[in-house]
Amino acid sequence: MSGIEETVESVQVNEGKEFDVEVEEHIEDEFAVDPTRYIFYRDRKEWADLEPVPQDDGPNPVVKIAYSEKFSDVYDYFRALLKNDEKTERAFALTADAIDLNAANYTVWHYRRVLLQALSKDLKEEMKYITNIIEEQPKNYQVWHHRRMVVEWLNDPSEELRFIADILSQDAKNYHAWQHRQWVIQEYKLWDNELEFVENLLEEDVRNNSAWNQRHFVISHTTGFSDPAVVEREIQYCLNQIRKAPHNESAWNYLKGMLQDRGLSSQPGLLERVLELKETHCSPYLLAFLFDCYEDALENITQKEKVEEEEQKETLRKALEICRLLAQEKDTIRKEYWEFLGRSLRNKYGNGSLTEQPVFQLCVITASVHR
Amino acid sequence: LNRNCLDASRPWLCFWILHSLELLQEPIPAAVASDVCQFLARCQSPTGGFAGGPGQHAHLAPTYAAVNALCIIGTDEAYNVIDREKLLDFLWSVKQPDGSFVMHVGGEVDVRSAYCAASVASLTNILTPKLFENTTNWILSCQNWEGGLSGVPGLEAHGGYTFCGTAALVILGKEHMLDLKALLRWVVSRQMRFEGGFQGRCNKLVDGCYSFWQAGLLPLLHRALYKEGESELSQQRWMFEQQALQEYILLCCQNPTGGLLDKPGKSRDFYHTCYCLSGLSIAQHFGNMDNHYEVILGKEENRLAPTHPVYNICPEKVAQALQHFLRMPVPEIHFRSNKRGRSVK
Repeated sequence: MSGIEETVESVQVNEGKEFDVEVEEHIEDEFAVDPTRYIFYRDRKEWADLEPVPQDDGPNPVVKIAYSEKFSDVYDYFRALLKNDEKTERAFALTADAIDLNAANYTVWHYRRVLLQALSKDLKEEMKYITNIIEEQPKNYQVWHHRRMVVEWLNDPSEELRFIADILSQDAKNYHAWQHRQWVIQEYKLWDNELEFVENLLEEDVRNNSAWNQRHFVISHTTGFSDPAVVEREIQYCLNQIRKAPHNESAWNYLKGMLQDRGLSSQPGLLERVLELKETHCSPYLLAFLFDCYEDALENITQKEKVEEEEQKETLRKALEICRLLAQEKDTIRKEYWEFLGRSLRNKYGNGSLTEQPVFQLCVITASVHR
Repeated sequence: LNRNCLDASRPWLCFWILHSLELLQEPIPAAVASDVCQFLARCQSPTGGFAGGPGQHAHLAPTYAAVNALCIIGTDEAYNVIDREKLLDFLWSVKQPDGSFVMHVGGEVDVRSAYCAASVASLTNILTPKLFENTTNWILSCQNWEGGLSGVPGLEAHGGYTFCGTAALVILGKEHMLDLKALLRWVVSRQMRFEGGFQGRCNKLVDGCYSFWQAGLLPLLHRALYKEGESELSQQRWMFEQQALQEYILLCCQNPTGGLLDKPGKSRDFYHTCYCLSGLSIAQHFGNMDNHYEVILGKEENRLAPTHPVYNICPEKVAQALQHFLRMPVPEIHFRSNKRGRSVK
């Protein structure tokens, strides 16, 4: 999904399907009229009883859309159906035409759902229908919501994981697809094979942030991240992926994201393992991770009773050096940010905030003032 | 160019175009303004809220767009279009017990809805704490391990949703409840070191529209951190590379025949025009009325009007709308309707 705009701008892929109205020149033929020829609703005998309702844009419309004749015809009749609250087969059939012309019309989708229930339509058929529509227009909100409703009504998620996997095979980061997948898994407790699914995706593209997110989703809802064995396994996994692709921000974010609640310095040996990587697999993300480790250490040092002042100063010095390095050389696009962090850190842990101020220095200053 | 796909988004077209014009400091002719008012009046649902077009059902997204468009116009005619009592009914009809909102009756839930609801409720002075009960906690549950916010809890952090969730919390006065440091780290990391523009999600491509959704978070966070007592904030710059973003927008996102776009090779549209310009404005203007620093890349004529980082309409229009509607009493709700909308599990 490319963002909020998908609410309002789904890509129109149906242009080629616009039928031209052909003047039927061979009406005298013995052969039947081509059944696939499109006929406007206004020309259909079965619809003659219904008065179409033109759109009420008012006398001075703005943001006018140049509707095709087909579009206006379908929607004039849709409005008529809505006005009469008609709940018939023909109404149901028309919703498919209306959707085909604008799959983002949520009013039509809502009406179709009302009809599905009122007419006790075959929901398995509806699943086939919505499957096809989503394959054509996978970045549309309404189609996925509609599928969810049908799955709920059927209480049958059996096709979902496979279907979503197919959509993801075409676009591994489709936000709607992942949203639907997480809903299905959570609602119907389909956790069992998901970690394997995620690992396969990461094998295909270790930079797929959606897959990393899904990894976090699965683990946090199953084993959780409190189990030290799980954490160690995940750290191992991250570091392996980092060795393969050092400039993969997702892996570093995952490492930090997993540990930040407990504190990065709570994981013994981690800092050392990362420092090892610094020589051969350095990146702005590695450096930022080191910074975060040092900051976390400072956070925890000041809470302990026995404090090696030198140790604290050294940690602070290393943290500030990383800020400088990032701001001035390695991650200059974020210069304002790294400089802010440096100032913040210095303000919080710097000279002025050390707990012990040697007394004799104050006397010297006082003495010199009175000279 | 087939625009049928926007037939359920016409108030958005009004907003995108009007906001672009106001950023460009291009006056709206009175006749046009009046026509827009009358059109949006036809998009208003008899049961409250605004729809994507005349005769359609109300939906929070076109409701947001319509209210913003009317506030940009800012005339009494515009303000009078909004039926505040019915609007409040509509908001109640889409409110869910868990604090979230569906986008329309029988529709989907995600964090955009909270922003749309909070935006229109605050501007038109129909906001009550009861209306947003549990909403804060629901939005907070959208902040994930990455530091940004997702559309619904559990999903990937995403610029559009992060903006909506954060701005909604700012309106509700609860932005301090986010992990601001984690959010700050996430959003600054979304600026691309080569392109200068922003990506919507980690490891995805740059897109001009994120110039607003992502960069627009920095003013919000700046203010939030300031309120939390942060003493080391810059007094001249937002915490992103303002010049680089301006370069990306001006050099890569312009169509030579007018309008702006996602990235080179893409076609122009009004959505990208609106949000690229909004992002450009954010990148040009630091601070507020009392303390204002400008960074204008290129000619003086490149300067756009400032935009309000919460509502994304000009700050004067926000103030004017608030002033207008605060004179009116907050409407009483006509009925409690948690059961009216189809609740989404």
